Amino acid sequence: MKHSLTALIAGSLLAASWAVFAGPGAIEGVEKQPVNISAIAMFLVFVFATLGITKWAAGKTKSTADFYTAGGGITGFQNGLAIAGDYMSAATLLGLTSMVYFKGFDGFIYAVCFFIGWPIILFLMAERLRNLGKFTFADIASYRLDQNRIRTFAAIGSLTVVCFYLIVQMVGAGQLIQLLFGLDYNTAVTVVGILMMVYVTFGGMTATTWVQIIKACLLLGGGISLMLLTLSQFGWSFENLFSKAIESHKMGDKLMAPGSLMADPISAFSLSLGLLFGTAGLPHIMMRFFTVPNAKEARKSVFYATGFIGLFFLVTMVLGAAAISIVGTNPAFFEGGQVGGKLIGGGNMPVMHLTKAVGGDIFLGFLSAVAFATILAVVSGLALAGASAISHDLYARVIKKGTASSAQEMKVTRIASVGLGIAAILLGIAFKDQNVLFLVALAFGVASSVNFPVLILSMYWKGLTTRGALWGGIAGLISSVGLVILSPTVWVKILGNPAAIFPYDHPAIVSMTLAFFVTWLASVTDKSARADKEKEAYEEQYIRAQTGLGAASASAH
Amino acid sequence: MSNNTIQTRIRANPKFAEMVGKRTRLAILLSFVVLVPYYTFMLLTSLKPGLFTATISDTSVITIGWPIAALIVVGGWLTTGIYVSRANGEFDSLNEEILKEARK
Repeated sequence: MKHSLTALIAGSLLAASWAVFAGPGAIEGVEKQPVNISAIAMFLVFVFATLGITKWAAGKTKSTADFYTAGGGITGFQNGLAIAGDYMSAATLLGLTSMVYFKGFDGFIYAVCFFIGWPIILFLMAERLRNLGKFTFADIASYRLDQNRIRTFAAIGSLTVVCFYLIVQMVGAGQLIQLLFGLDYNTAVTVVGILMMVYVTFGGMTATTWVQIIKACLLLGGGISLMLLTLSQFGWSFENLFSKAIESHKMGDKLMAPGSLMADPISAFSLSLGLLFGTAGLPHIMMRFFTVPNAKEARKSVFYATGFIGLFFLVTMVLGAAAISIVGTNPAFFEGGQVGGKLIGGGNMPVMHLTKAVGGDIFLGFLSAVAFATILAVVSGLALAGASAISHDLYARVIKKGTASSAQEMKVTRIASVGLGIAAILLGIAFKDQNVLFLVALAFGVASSVNFPVLILSMYWKGLTTRGALWGGIAGLISSVGLVILSPTVWVKILGNPAAIFPYDHPAIVSMTLAFFVTWLASVTDKSARADKEKEAYEEQYIRAQTGLGAASASAH
Repeated sequence: MSNNTIQTRIRANPKFAEMVGKRTRLAILLSFVVLVPYYTFMLLTSLKPGLFTATISDTSVITIGWPIAALIVVGGWLTTGIYVSRANGEFDSLNEEILKEARK
């Protein structure tokens, strides 16, 4: 194993260094930038450090529990940072700042929608997740229901979300790296995929967690430093910052009040439902709750995660607002030097240009490296969640009925992570230059309409039966995928039809409601003997959920 | 001793009902503390955007929306702090007593 690890590391570094030289001469994308040496150097430092951690983690990863959950030995504070790391993706940094840059206050409303799920996850789910689950969220969904059918269905739900999300991240990675580092798109996607495979295959959850923690610290540290540098340019005065922004922006003082985002309340409500409950149904986020020793630490981790995420969002708001006057009035950041025209590198770049303006090339290199690291960390978390759905749920529980040895299960996990890595690279290349926005809607749609209802009802509702969970899940899956296809993004922008059949981009308002309703209806009409048994088993599950009696404990280290 | 008797004892212990009741009520209360201001804010920005053109003082250009949105974020985090401190302190001590008494 040591040999193959070294070979893989060498391979990925080779690919990276090859790209440094091949960069300028390679096929030029429209928005490709010159090779950024300082950014690549800083990124290589990150890669070496994390590969060192992976080697250390590989030595500690001996059992399936080590692999899936780092042996349950992560503290609440560490896990809080890692959860925040999972949630603060490169898209969050670039997307939120650019939204404030272009739309002003609307960007803040959007950020609040992204944030507000966290306190609710703590109140409704954190301790029950920890007390009932072992490795995957399917453990909880199938706790007292039919192992084969519900576990298979939950695993498919997880894999669907993981795949959609993975494609989004890979395509984003390729585009962003092409922009920031000047690497070729396919090279960037391949480097990300190979590094992800190395982290997950060898280091499992321990390596993934530490990559996530380091990246969260870098991102928070970088963001806060950038904010302080920026504020010093405004004499530490928000008043000054905002009056300059109003002077420079074409919206003028409309910048400061709600605008078009909230114009359609139902659309905004559907978006907020999808974000709120979709977050609670993301398999790689739920999996993080099993890495801590007990419910106490699980609660603490949400407290820290919420604090870091909230802080980060507030920082991005300041950065976006500051970029309006600093970036928005500087011809150097616009194509052809035309202020108010197209930003160099596209609409997601305000924060990167701001970094260059206040921090120079070195700071820009640092933040670019952090953005790359961020993508790596997020895809690793996703790949791990996908691999455990395949090996723990489908292989060990459904196919082998729990008779697989730990060694066999580990082998399947590793094969699954390599398979997912290869799939991610191929899909990333296949979806190059595609509009992947609909995949975000799909990922959150499926998470909120398939994973979330079965999870929350299995924990809270005694009357849930296998039939209800299955029918409700299928209803949620068909309606969320179907409505996204009929939505403006896919039906009009991709398929070229004149008008959308379903008017909203996010389906949750209909698909989630439907999933809950069908689950309820199919459960209460289920009069089978098994349904009665499943209802009886709720008592034992309830006491375990509340007290932690019999909960999976941390493995000895 | 079988698991079933432990569970029956836990269920019969009045402290169990007390702990679950207190914790559930706190979770519901705090959910409202987070969600009511949030959805009020969302509704008002959608239906009465004019409200948010008011500035925080006569000499300022900053509208009231910015500090309100920041307050929803900071307040949301503070509620998690309240929940964690009570659940990890008071409720978990009760929980330990319940488990200890049931194992006797």
